[in-house]
Amino acid sequence: MSAAHGGYYLPDPTKWPMITSMGLFLLALGFTLHLHHLAPGPWLMVAGAAIIVLMLYAWFGQVATESEAGKFDGQVDTSFRMGMGWFIFSEVMFFAVFFGALFYTRILSVPWLAGEEMLWPGFEATWPTAGPAGATYIGPDAHDVGSGQFSSIGAFGVPLLNTVLLLSSSVTVTVAHWALKKNQRGRLNFWLFVTVVLGAAFMYCQAGEYMEAYNHLGLTLGSGVYGATFFILTGFHGFHVTVGVITLTVILVRCLRGHFKPDEHFGFEGAAWYWHFVDTVWVGLFIFVYIL
Amino acid sequence: MTTTVADHHHDEVPKGITRWLFTTNHKDIGTLYLWFSFIMFLVGGAMSLVIRAELFQPGLQVVDPHFFNQMTTVHALIMVFGAVMPGFVGFANWMIPMMIGAPDMALPRLNNWSFWLLPPAALLLVISLFVPGGGPASGWTLYPPLTIQGGMGMDFTIFTVHILGMSSILGSINIIATILNMRAPGMTLMKMPLFVWTWLITAFLLLAAIPVLAGAVTMLLTDRHFGTAFFDPAGGGDPALFQHIFWFFGHPEVYILILPAFGVISQVIPTFSRKPLFGYTSMVFASAAIAFLSFIVWAHHMYTVGMPLSGELFFMYATMLIAIPTGVKIFNWLATMWRGSLTFETPMLFAVSVVCLFTMGGLTGLMMSITPADFQYHDTYYIVAHFHYTIFAGSVLSMFAGIYYWLPKWTGHMYDETLGKWHFWLTVIGFNVTFFPQHFLGLAGMPRRIPDYALQFTEFNQISTIGSLVMGFAQLILLVVVVKAIRGGKKASAEVWENPEGLEWSLPSPPPYHTFATAPEVR
Repeated sequence: MSAAHGGYYLPDPTKWPMITSMGLFLLALGFTLHLHHLAPGPWLMVAGAAIIVLMLYAWFGQVATESEAGKFDGQVDTSFRMGMGWFIFSEVMFFAVFFGALFYTRILSVPWLAGEEMLWPGFEATWPTAGPAGATYIGPDAHDVGSGQFSSIGAFGVPLLNTVLLLSSSVTVTVAHWALKKNQRGRLNFWLFVTVVLGAAFMYCQAGEYMEAYNHLGLTLGSGVYGATFFILTGFHGFHVTVGVITLTVILVRCLRGHFKPDEHFGFEGAAWYWHFVDTVWVGLFIFVYIL
Repeated sequence: MTTTVADHHHDEVPKGITRWLFTTNHKDIGTLYLWFSFIMFLVGGAMSLVIRAELFQPGLQVVDPHFFNQMTTVHALIMVFGAVMPGFVGFANWMIPMMIGAPDMALPRLNNWSFWLLPPAALLLVISLFVPGGGPASGWTLYPPLTIQGGMGMDFTIFTVHILGMSSILGSINIIATILNMRAPGMTLMKMPLFVWTWLITAFLLLAAIPVLAGAVTMLLTDRHFGTAFFDPAGGGDPALFQHIFWFFGHPEVYILILPAFGVISQVIPTFSRKPLFGYTSMVFASAAIAFLSFIVWAHHMYTVGMPLSGELFFMYATMLIAIPTGVKIFNWLATMWRGSLTFETPMLFAVSVVCLFTMGGLTGLMMSITPADFQYHDTYYIVAHFHYTIFAGSVLSMFAGIYYWLPKWTGHMYDETLGKWHFWLTVIGFNVTFFPQHFLGLAGMPRRIPDYALQFTEFNQISTIGSLVMGFAQLILLVVVVKAIRGGKKASAEVWENPEGLEWSLPSPPPYHTFATAPEVR
């Protein structure tokens, strides 16, 4: 319930943000305790995460209800667009850090480490490397790694498949968007569903790759700076894909309930923008982490 | 739902504690930010007094060295992330909608969340001081390998940084959307008050810089607990990588602290000079230039870490370039005052002191930009003096100027001018007594972040500690002034000052709970 002030929608006081913050506090507190193997840690984490999930459900649900009630005029819509756009920009900067770390390590610090004979006699600058004191790299997709050795995931197996999956999902979400703009609800639902399935298939393949890496390739977070950059880049990307799939699923449910109009559907577009962003990051990963 | 009853209900000011917990009103949220900032300012200030007390004499008297290191670290984290940044976001919340003729911030619920992320984050940082092993003791720069060691206090610090970062990103998104989307008809970009401009630029800096810090501390966390080797040469990593990433955030960060201050000064000086701001357009472009340069100078914080000569030279010359747009600003303020009808009420006193003292801080910065010279100054008290001349005398004194300038608008009452002047003189004299001697200490070679020192540094340290006591306790005067103005006093007119420029002065003092429900026309 709220009043229109000069047309711009000003929401009533809200309790969701405050409670979400409490959930976040419990999550951080619990995680820290858990990292130090203290008893209530996992329970606090679960409680915090549950609070966050429930509150986000309620908060976004409220926004969706308001949107369907027609409370948002064009100016509010522009605010949402700017908000989402600049949020994605901040995400770009977040991934830029890890790409930057990768480039710095490969181009500068690993060669420097090998160049100073005083530091690590006999260390040669190669990539992938687990560093002078780490495991030895024995080439990609080597399934017979011994102790003190590690392998890596070749680019043109599952990662190539993953690239195809994500790139085609960017196409299908765009086809769904065209359908929405032409008010073809059946096509919209179908292509959006296909997008969710493609995203989920990517997650499945990526999880398989991680198990392969840990169980057979000897490639772990502990595999020196190669393992560190590999897992932090693909891991945060995978997390973003997961968020994207959840978002698209929510949008799909809303589509099935008849939400969104041909000329007014920022919820859909925001999710699609995010999905394209996740897709673009993957292309960067495929080139700089897997191929090169 | 759409009845007039509901409309009427919405215009009432909500009562009780839930007004503050659940508010979506930009003025309420601005007030929350400002009080949070002030509390953090007192907490962080108390920690700096612990530091100064220990340094009053050589030897160890007051605290043990580990606790001393925690104090230097947490003092800095609290002042940077808890006091100055939220303080200016408070100003932004209060003033930007009123300055551009908007009914509120663009995303009011998000605005509430941006604020209410801060107290849990501050709580985590405070908790860290009481866990086994104590709080972070690495300096606010959190350099590994020191931060790879240590107890759970460091993990609390990492999550504190994450949550504060979320708050800053959400706040910046809101500010950008408000400025770009909510301006009244006729309020073109080049008609915006300079405070709005500097905040727009600051918000972009935040969006680009804060995620970088989040990434850096995330790598610290994985190095600490998940076996990664980003910063460990044994695994092929490099601790200097952290320094590069940290300062890629850190240098924009200090401009995040100072640009809104430039904005405040650019509002205050024209009012008390009774002249329009000199060189408005050049001010806008100078702010943008400073923001751009801030992203290509980071390694001047790490000349001594071991970089190729070409890198040292690039960062030296790029850093020197910053003096040009900053100089443009200083000279524009001077030209604004030139032949103006000057009066020196408290806001103007603070503003003028900022122009003088910040210029000093800028010039010592220029000295340190010279690579070979910096090898001598690096990690000495010279950098402590430089930093406080820019961030205390630049940002914090500007905040004081802004508080006195807009307090009558916020509360509807004039503040106590006599007490304000006491606050000003005690703060500025205390500040200079505290930090001026630190230049000499640094040049003579006293290292920073050390609880003990050689005997020849004693006198300057004692002077510094005495100054810090004066400066510290003078801040309680501000509390008295603000509380007095809230509780009563001479009624302030809508204009408050003599013909000040800006839409905020067209509103009554205090402004109604909702302002500019209908957008004003700007000619």
